[in-house]
Amino acid sequence: MATIWFMIIAVMVAMYVLLDGFDIGAGAVHLLIAKNDIERRTILRAIGPVWDGNEVWLLAAGGTLYFAFPLLYASSFSGFYLPLIMVLWLLMLRGIGIEFRSQLHDSLWTTAFDVIFSVASVLLAIFFGAALGNVVRGVPLNADGYFFEPLWTDFRVGVNNGILDWYTVLIGVVSLVTLVVHGSLYLATKTEGELNARSRRVAFVLWPVQVLLTIVSLAATLYIRPGVLANFSTWPVGYVIPLVVAGSLVYLLIAQRQKNDRRAFLASCGYIVGMLVGAAFALYPKVLPATTDPAYSLTIYNTATGAHGMKVGFVWWTLGMILAACYFVFVYRMFRGKVRVEEAASGHGY
Amino acid sequence: MDSALLIHRLQFAFTVTYHYLFPQLTMGLAPLIVILKTLAIKKSDETYNQAARFWARIFGINFAIGVVTGIPMEFQFGTNWSHFSRFAGGVIGQTLAMEGVFAFFLESTFLGLFLYGEKRLGQALHWFAAFMVFVGSWASGYFIVATDAWMQNPVGHEKAADGSVQLASFWALVLNPWAWVQYAHNMSGAVITGSFVMAAVGAFYLLSNRHLEQARIFVRLGVIAGLIVSVLQLFPTGDWAGRMVAQRQPVTLAAMEALFDTQHGAPLVIIGQPDMAARKIDNPILVPKMLSFLTYRRWNAQVHGLNEVPETDWPQNIPLLYFSYHIMVGLGTLFIAVMAIAAFLLWRGELDRSRWMLWLLMLVFPLPYVANTAGWMTAELGRQPWLVYGLMRTEEGFSKMVSAGNGWFTFLGFAGMYTILSFLFLFLIRREIERGPEPRPAPEQPKSGRLEPAQVS
Repeated sequence: MATIWFMIIAVMVAMYVLLDGFDIGAGAVHLLIAKNDIERRTILRAIGPVWDGNEVWLLAAGGTLYFAFPLLYASSFSGFYLPLIMVLWLLMLRGIGIEFRSQLHDSLWTTAFDVIFSVASVLLAIFFGAALGNVVRGVPLNADGYFFEPLWTDFRVGVNNGILDWYTVLIGVVSLVTLVVHGSLYLATKTEGELNARSRRVAFVLWPVQVLLTIVSLAATLYIRPGVLANFSTWPVGYVIPLVVAGSLVYLLIAQRQKNDRRAFLASCGYIVGMLVGAAFALYPKVLPATTDPAYSLTIYNTATGAHGMKVGFVWWTLGMILAACYFVFVYRMFRGKVRVEEAASGHGY
Repeated sequence: MDSALLIHRLQFAFTVTYHYLFPQLTMGLAPLIVILKTLAIKKSDETYNQAARFWARIFGINFAIGVVTGIPMEFQFGTNWSHFSRFAGGVIGQTLAMEGVFAFFLESTFLGLFLYGEKRLGQALHWFAAFMVFVGSWASGYFIVATDAWMQNPVGHEKAADGSVQLASFWALVLNPWAWVQYAHNMSGAVITGSFVMAAVGAFYLLSNRHLEQARIFVRLGVIAGLIVSVLQLFPTGDWAGRMVAQRQPVTLAAMEALFDTQHGAPLVIIGQPDMAARKIDNPILVPKMLSFLTYRRWNAQVHGLNEVPETDWPQNIPLLYFSYHIMVGLGTLFIAVMAIAAFLLWRGELDRSRWMLWLLMLVFPLPYVANTAGWMTAELGRQPWLVYGLMRTEEGFSKMVSAGNGWFTFLGFAGMYTILSFLFLFLIRREIERGPEPRPAPEQPKSGRLEPAQVS
């Protein structure tokens, strides 16, 4: 049962990254792709109706983690105290940027909020990547299962970890590039003309960078955690994951050559899911490895709640997800289609 | 008090108090918007639709701030109260996760549809979207109240081998009797805020001679709903809540009333300042035997005083608890009086012309916010020194690894962030009120991209 909840949470996190990832990515390229007020409003209209719904996935994943693995939740949230609180501030700033920008038609006002929105999006992408990097690298857990990391120490990977070291910064950059590509491809599916062309160009130019970073990050992971491939030899089915990652990258290039925005976006989804599932698969059954003493590592078994809670949770969780899926399909159908520049100029919404 | 404990408590108290300024209005407005939308369809009167859209825009702004300030609440259970989360996460994680899975998806989805989709949805589905927003916001409220209720009155759990508590009965947790009472009291409190704000905006428009048709609707609905819920707030929901506290947290009741010694026929204190050193109340004004009657329905019933338990089990800040409780009750009584007079004038058809009453309605709207906040302070200060009543003390629950310095850093950061949010919020609300419920005359070339679900597309 603990394994099922591990998978459920992995799926919810992946959903969050796929969904909020594209609007974070869109925010990161906002200033780059959209040159004037109308284009910027077009971008905001493309993500406006969905962004806060996407963020609900973060809350839902957090809540699920809370009841299924209370010790993991308690340990990681207090240990990552500083970056998590900063993520909260950035999420707030981003929300403010999106919602308040078009409230006044004044170039100083809109520029200020465009910059807030964009900078907060960039930082969020890096922070989320660094957080994943921390989980893979491990943290200095004590015997009670708690730890605390300052923002940085000496940037070396060792026992005396900070949140940021060369490895986690690297993963942060991978995350930024990945989400920028993801967001640009989403924008390409939602826009036309100049905006569409610029979105495609960003994703296209970044393709070789993304491939290179994927290889470098894999090598770096093998370097700092040599045992990371153990699960792959235990369950050879895991080798499907690197194939999915590589296949998605290749298909991403093909789809872009064919100028098929939808397929390129789906390829990016495949890449992200592959990378996240790969990380989860390699860690399992650990969820937070210890750099201090391997015996202190948190696993799904020593952090899970009681059997009854897990069973009951499974019933209502399934029910809730079916309902949520219905709302999502409904909303995406209501707001489907491209956002035209004229439509954004017509004044309603963003 | 340990300085790290102090800062963790301060930060949570500050962020949750600030956060609840927004949901109390959205939960209060949600049923009123449904009523406006229903009237619009029943009477096929566009005025009611304009009124509904206006309040939906106010709702939208409050909802957005409620969401951005709500995410930190869930996170802080882990970041600042990790020992508590480890202890109780298997139980209260259930209700918190259910809020995310059942209420947030619902509320955020249908609010988007209500705000942006009126033309695409058509009137019947648009009504349905309003109704679902109401269901979502009220469900959200229930899950949060159920979480707090478990901390006040822990049920449905069992001890595990590692010392934490695990869920033993899902239905006992979800149907906690404390939760039902607290929910009823809390939701009618939220509707008090919603109806007072609606009446205040209506009164403002009437006094400044603008949007008269919609303003009359605001005042009428605000006053009628306001009177009903103000009465419900005292009886039966307030009465239920008081007797629940007396029964399950007798020390808390004694501290709320600053009743230092057990008495038969205990009086109700109307005015007076508790003197903790001398264990008495300065310059008291009392209603004899009233507390015994309200609590046990017998004039001479015995009410337990603080002297029955050791001081270490008293709530730490009895004066603040005492004043929170008395401010809540005092304001609640005032609300009934204000709304009863306003409703009487409305019934006589004189409210539109009673400028003094409109002035009063316009100015009184901040007080429900004060009363709701004081009510929550009563509940949470009254629970002290326990974090989970009878199971875990507050000083055992905070994140021991997060130092006071890091706590101050984030607390000050939140204070700064929320200051900015407050300015933006006031600016936006002022603009909406300035703009009013009527459509603007020249929709041909709108200059700004404001939220206008109705007029275009």
